[in-house]
Amino acid sequence: MRRWIPLAVVVALGAFLYLGLYLNPKEVPSPLVGHTAPDFTLPVVGRPGETFSPADVRGEVWLLNIWAPWCSICLKEHRVFRDLIGDDVPVYGLTWKDLDREAAPLLARNGSPYVKAVDDVDGRVAIRYGVTVTPETFVIDHQGVIRMKHVGPITPQVWEQKFRPVLRGLRP
Amino acid sequence: MSPAVLVAGALVFMMALPLPASQPALPTADDPVLEARLNELAVDLRCVVCQNESLAESRASLALDLRAEIRGMMRNGLTDEQVLESLVARYGDFVLYRPPVKPLTYALWGGPFVFLLIGIGLAAATLHRRRSMPEPEAVSPEALRQAARLLRTDPVSPAGQAPDVPGTPRPPLQQER
Amino acid sequence: MIPELGQFVVILALVVALIQGTLPLLGAQRGDERLMALARPLAQAQFTLLLLAFSALAWSFLTHDFSVKNVAQNSFSQLPAIYRFTATWGSHEGSLLLWTVILAGWSAAVAVFSRQLPQEMVARVLAVLGLVSVGFLALLVFTSNPFERLFPIPADGRDLNPLLQDAGMISHPPLLYMGYVGFSVAFAFAIAALLSGRLDAAWARWSRPWTTTAWTFLTLGVALGSWWAYRELGWGGWWFWDPTENASLMPWLAGTALIHALAATEKRGVFSNWSVLLAIATFSLSLLGTFLVRSGVLSSVHAFAVDPTRGLFILVFLGLVIGGSMTLYALRAPRMVAGGSFAWFSRESLLLANNVFLIAALGAVLLGTLYPLFLDALGLGKISVGPQYFNAVFVPLVAPALFLVGIGPLARWKKASLPDLMWRLKWAFGVALVTAALLPLTLDGMNLQVTLGLFLALWILFTVIKGFAQRLQHAGPDRWRQLLRLPRAFWGMQLAHAGLAILVVGVTMVSNYETERDVRMPIGSHVELAGYRFVFHGVEEVPGPNYLAGRATMEITSPHGRSFMLYPEKRNYDASGAIMTQAAVHYGLFRDVYISLGDPLGDGVWTVRVYHKPFVGWLWAGALLLAMGGGLAAADPRYRMVLRRRRVPDAEPALASAAAPEVR
Repeated sequence: MRRWIPLAVVVALGAFLYLGLYLNPKEVPSPLVGHTAPDFTLPVVGRPGETFSPADVRGEVWLLNIWAPWCSICLKEHRVFRDLIGDDVPVYGLTWKDLDREAAPLLARNGSPYVKAVDDVDGRVAIRYGVTVTPETFVIDHQGVIRMKHVGPITPQVWEQKFRPVLRGLRP
Repeated sequence: MSPAVLVAGALVFMMALPLPASQPALPTADDPVLEARLNELAVDLRCVVCQNESLAESRASLALDLRAEIRGMMRNGLTDEQVLESLVARYGDFVLYRPPVKPLTYALWGGPFVFLLIGIGLAAATLHRRRSMPEPEAVSPEALRQAARLLRTDPVSPAGQAPDVPGTPRPPLQQER
Repeated sequence: MIPELGQFVVILALVVALIQGTLPLLGAQRGDERLMALARPLAQAQFTLLLLAFSALAWSFLTHDFSVKNVAQNSFSQLPAIYRFTATWGSHEGSLLLWTVILAGWSAAVAVFSRQLPQEMVARVLAVLGLVSVGFLALLVFTSNPFERLFPIPADGRDLNPLLQDAGMISHPPLLYMGYVGFSVAFAFAIAALLSGRLDAAWARWSRPWTTTAWTFLTLGVALGSWWAYRELGWGGWWFWDPTENASLMPWLAGTALIHALAATEKRGVFSNWSVLLAIATFSLSLLGTFLVRSGVLSSVHAFAVDPTRGLFILVFLGLVIGGSMTLYALRAPRMVAGGSFAWFSRESLLLANNVFLIAALGAVLLGTLYPLFLDALGLGKISVGPQYFNAVFVPLVAPALFLVGIGPLARWKKASLPDLMWRLKWAFGVALVTAALLPLTLDGMNLQVTLGLFLALWILFTVIKGFAQRLQHAGPDRWRQLLRLPRAFWGMQLAHAGLAILVVGVTMVSNYETERDVRMPIGSHVELAGYRFVFHGVEEVPGPNYLAGRATMEITSPHGRSFMLYPEKRNYDASGAIMTQAAVHYGLFRDVYISLGDPLGDGVWTVRVYHKPFVGWLWAGALLLAMGGGLAAADPRYRMVLRRRRVPDAEPALASAAAPEVR
């Protein structure tokens, strides 16, 4: 019997490696899921003097999308927001480290997919949300609790498979 | 004092100095003590966007931001543990290069020593078996001859002489338990 | 035309490998001489074909054939010729081709240097190597064609990754692969032995020189990889416990255990099942390393691009090779306990203990490397396992093994006397311990880590000397001539063990006494570190062949008043836009001075990091000695004497000398 142990070890390792092929080592689950979204107050891009804070939308289900004007995937993702999500759920943008101040003209030119986009120029709020890359999207519920985090762009498939079920669960 | 005297004085002063004007370099941080503390902590933290680098090594922009954030926390009087806690709250255990000891990592931290114990156990069993084996005299001259025949390797000679024809009896020694 | 030729030749080689992997094996099972005789010429043909394919790819790189996708992605018109050549194996596809060339090279070497082996053995060994080759060539042909064309043809290439444009990278991958792939020979011998049902001292003797040679190459490869990381990654580290590094350390540890187990199998006929398992495991770990680096399951600083299809292909191949051989082991490993008895304290028992510690250390590295994957695959979250973990578990497992290095070679086979050995080694032990305890006090106070490291190093060195002395105690007046006449295997072992001691000194000293300073330097300012004074003379722009460098001039004055210049650079590569830190190093016998240029802060002010690294060079010097020892041991004429022994029918020295105290 002892002679079969090496084979058993190899088979077990192989199974893990097989599973590993379909995992993304860079996709890190957020410990913030299930916790209240970190609070902030930031100026709104393109509307001088106006600020936004998560408290303003308490009672609503909303999305917080982290983006940056220099992130081309984010700009592609904007199209998905416009075409697909539309009025389903309000999307707020967090503009990450827009050091060259390109966000306002860009949103004005292309049309903003956001209800409001806030300006996190030094990236401190993004750090509080545990952001690692752009784009990332958080689903935040009526109580202001983060229910889901998605890393990478939202494609129509991702929207159908990942977001819709969660959002459906949040609707009364 | 006239300007001329001033200039002359300055010239004399300058010439008195050795030419590579040895002004000491400045530390990169305004607060070297805090920076040392930060660097010590940063070695244990993963740069979450990099492939596999610590916050101390990485020059990625998020790594710099995170260092700034930690610097801020330290300035606000947070202890190292509190800093780690707040980073774990945002990025998870993934950010820690030294995995915390908790149920999920018991196997990780205990594994190597379990391997060692298994190894010691197997080795002890082997030693015990080997010690209780027949004494060396028990290796008969016949067995030695047979082993020698097996060792003799000769591809040039006719095939019949090759020792590894299937069916050649192996030296019968001891049955494994 | 030439790339198509290369591709055609690779396909041809696949066909040859397929025949090489099947017909001789069939011949060996049936006792068919003609089929067995095919193995040698086929192995040589395969090597010739793959060498041709490799030359075709190298040609495409050297002649800037950007219509080849591989060239377009990994080369550049301004890339210097030497890096155009090394770029041949700079990509996943190219390195895979190199892997197959080296595998075919080892097979051809077996075909040439195995005249004294029974035909059946040769046929089986070469067939197994052929089957391994089939897997890799299929991977090359079906998923990773290095000759793929590109249309439209780009005007210029995207350049080789700047990290790979370094002297260390010229020879690191070939040497590493020589090691990885070399273990395929030990593997093939093990499988052949299982197939024929003969796991004996003869098998151990045949595989030993091959195993030691492969280990020698792997040692060099790992050491060069570390030296490359030290020079090129820009922060002066030499071992990061990165998955890629672990992937090369694991087969090294298994190979080291294998070398020691095979010694016992050859001399005393013991541990043969264990040796065969280790031979399989060592090559399996080499394959696992390839998988980890190429499949993207782990994130690492220097892995190849990620592709799950490719990963799946390698995994299936891995499963066939490893799963197949482990099944064979379970079915065919002899149920007999071979070999004679030995006492609880003997050379055999010490080699066994060495294997226990080495394998536990290997287990720790494997566990730490794959644990994040285990948790992730089970949906239990993500964690990181970094150097802190590996240092904490690896050192306690390796330290006892290092201690045993001092005892093992001096103990007799079969039965040694512990009190006698303790008596003989009392001075070595005492002097090593006292020196190691006192030395840190003269530096900066008590330091248990330093004491442990230095004690182990001195202990090994003293016992190596003792080993020579013991050999020569009856030598008489022409002692020195006798010294040179000691067997190469003995010299090899002693040299390797001394190298280990040197390496331990390097690791201990640099880990504990390294100092660094991170400063902002205006032109003309200075910084002091470990008695050295560094003066910054500013940064000027210097164009390189395919980059523009900001080159700093630093004047360093040593504590003894000697001064020298160093020129660390910040390079901006034209094609990729990548910015690279090129550290400048002043190598020394007892210390390296290492400068890494940071970022400009305006007004000619730069951030600069200076390091003083005591004894860091001993790391690589020790590794070099290890490899030299391996090379010497593999070249022992003993392994070539089998033909001559034909005339002495009965007494086989290996068994007859069972009770003799020494290596021979």
